[in-house]
Amino acid sequence: MSFIRLTSATKTYPPQTKGSGPVVALDDVSLEIAAGEVCGIIGYSGAGKSTLLRLVNALETPTSGVVEIDGADITRFGERQLRRLRSDIGMIFQQFNLFDSRTVAGNVAYPLEVAGRSRDEIRARVAELLDFVGLAAKAQAYPEQLSGGQKQRVGIARALATSPRILLADEATSALDPDTTQEVLGLLRRVNRELGVTIVLITHEMEVIRVIADRVVVMERGRVIETGTVFDVLSAPQQPATARFVASVIDDVPRGDDLTALRARHDGRIVTLDVREGSAQADVFATLAAHGVRFEVVHGGINDIRGRVFGHLTLAVSGDQDAIARALAAASAYAPLTEEDTRG
Amino acid sequence: MDRLITLLPQLWDATVETLYVASAGLLLGGVGGLLLGMALYATRSGSLFPNRVVFGVLNVIVNTFRPIPFIILLAAVQPIARGIGLPGIGASFAIFAITIASLFAISRIVEQNLLTVRPGVVEAARAAGASRSRILFRLIPREGLGPLVLGYTFVVVALVDMTAMAGAIGAGGLGEFAINYGFKQFNPWVTWSAVLVIIIIVQLVQFVGNALARRVLRR
Repeated sequence: MSFIRLTSATKTYPPQTKGSGPVVALDDVSLEIAAGEVCGIIGYSGAGKSTLLRLVNALETPTSGVVEIDGADITRFGERQLRRLRSDIGMIFQQFNLFDSRTVAGNVAYPLEVAGRSRDEIRARVAELLDFVGLAAKAQAYPEQLSGGQKQRVGIARALATSPRILLADEATSALDPDTTQEVLGLLRRVNRELGVTIVLITHEMEVIRVIADRVVVMERGRVIETGTVFDVLSAPQQPATARFVASVIDDVPRGDDLTALRARHDGRIVTLDVREGSAQADVFATLAAHGVRFEVVHGGINDIRGRVFGHLTLAVSGDQDAIARALAAASAYAPLTEEDTRG
Repeated sequence: MDRLITLLPQLWDATVETLYVASAGLLLGGVGGLLLGMALYATRSGSLFPNRVVFGVLNVIVNTFRPIPFIILLAAVQPIARGIGLPGIGASFAIFAITIASLFAISRIVEQNLLTVRPGVVEAARAAGASRSRILFRLIPREGLGPLVLGYTFVVVALVDMTAMAGAIGAGGLGEFAINYGFKQFNPWVTWSAVLVIIIIVQLVQFVGNALARRVLRR
């Protein structure tokens, strides 16, 4: 049974201006997230991912549809039940949203105070969490004295204070530089693996998905347009919007100006070899060589997603035209070959 | 100058009266304004307890009373004071009028300063399982404390100003002292002595307020 399940969740807001129709933030979204997985939701701003994330801890309620957590329909929960639910779901934010009036330790203590834990218990738990995120030395510092990455680590410690089973991450790395992003993603991976916390994260950066997610959900205009394992979606995106996101992290096939430039430098034929599990790259090269055809790799990339490999290699092939034709025909038995359009 | 020296005891009494009326007004108006300001903040759309009707009514009330010039308000609220059994002149009436005037002024200042607390902070607290009233009464005032201290400091200065005006209706204090012994007797020395005392009070209040705010804001 799935851990988090949305069934036909729809969220509409009243019209922004008089006369216009209601704003549909989420349009009939159904989604299942398993316990222990890292689910990445990607989309441009306004795609509805932020609303979707907030359905999970009921900061937003759906206009229609059902949101279930561990089998319970939380849209029927009263305020008291919701508060208990939220204690069991941590959340981190793009702008960190730390309490400026509290120290680092005070921020981490907050959810525990709200949950009514004893002073001794809070002190011990805060120390443990600050140790986990590597900020034990900053316990008495105030948020404004911290760097962005440190602030987000405090945010993570605060979100984990009550040992939640779910962590919601709202663009948690979007305000951070690339190095800090990797550091925070590394910490989130530890949260998932060492503590077994299910993570739902939203982002507009495919790189974040590539690094950390198990499964990806692509959203556009309030709808889920594609879901799948990160490997499947990155290696074979089905929707144009998905392909655009994928192109931002995987640029292994020459297009547009790149292709024109290649064509100008190489007068032979240009073919792209599809590298994937089960394709015999070595046999392709051996076959080309056996036919006396010369080639060089002019573009491409091999991607490793959690140990599974895919990618493309573009070859500029030169030599006798008939030999090339025979060589390519023979080589295509070992791996898919695509001729790059010779008209450019 | 000689006249001023003979009036020193009166100047001292007037100073004490001014401080008494201003403090009492600050206490009553400050607490009332804090509550009213928090109500405005909480009922505004998108806030913790959004309620269009309550917000609309409070907003109109505040907008009605706040712009009334204090010297006119003094006269205008006199029947109300008498209606609830308070005298229509003197220090008690001045405190009544100042409480009303400062309540509405302070409520706006409180509302505006609480609005400087980022909505994300409220969201983080809700996500942590905090109840809305816990957020409103315990987290928000603490998060907005720095600007609030500065806002209240500003109000105290305005209160001293109101207190002086209340001298016109026999409330005693530095305003009455300046008018009766200075202005009406053509003695600028006496008038300026009242001004000097007021300047000292205002400077002290501003100094303390700034120091407190610096402490709260840690800068």
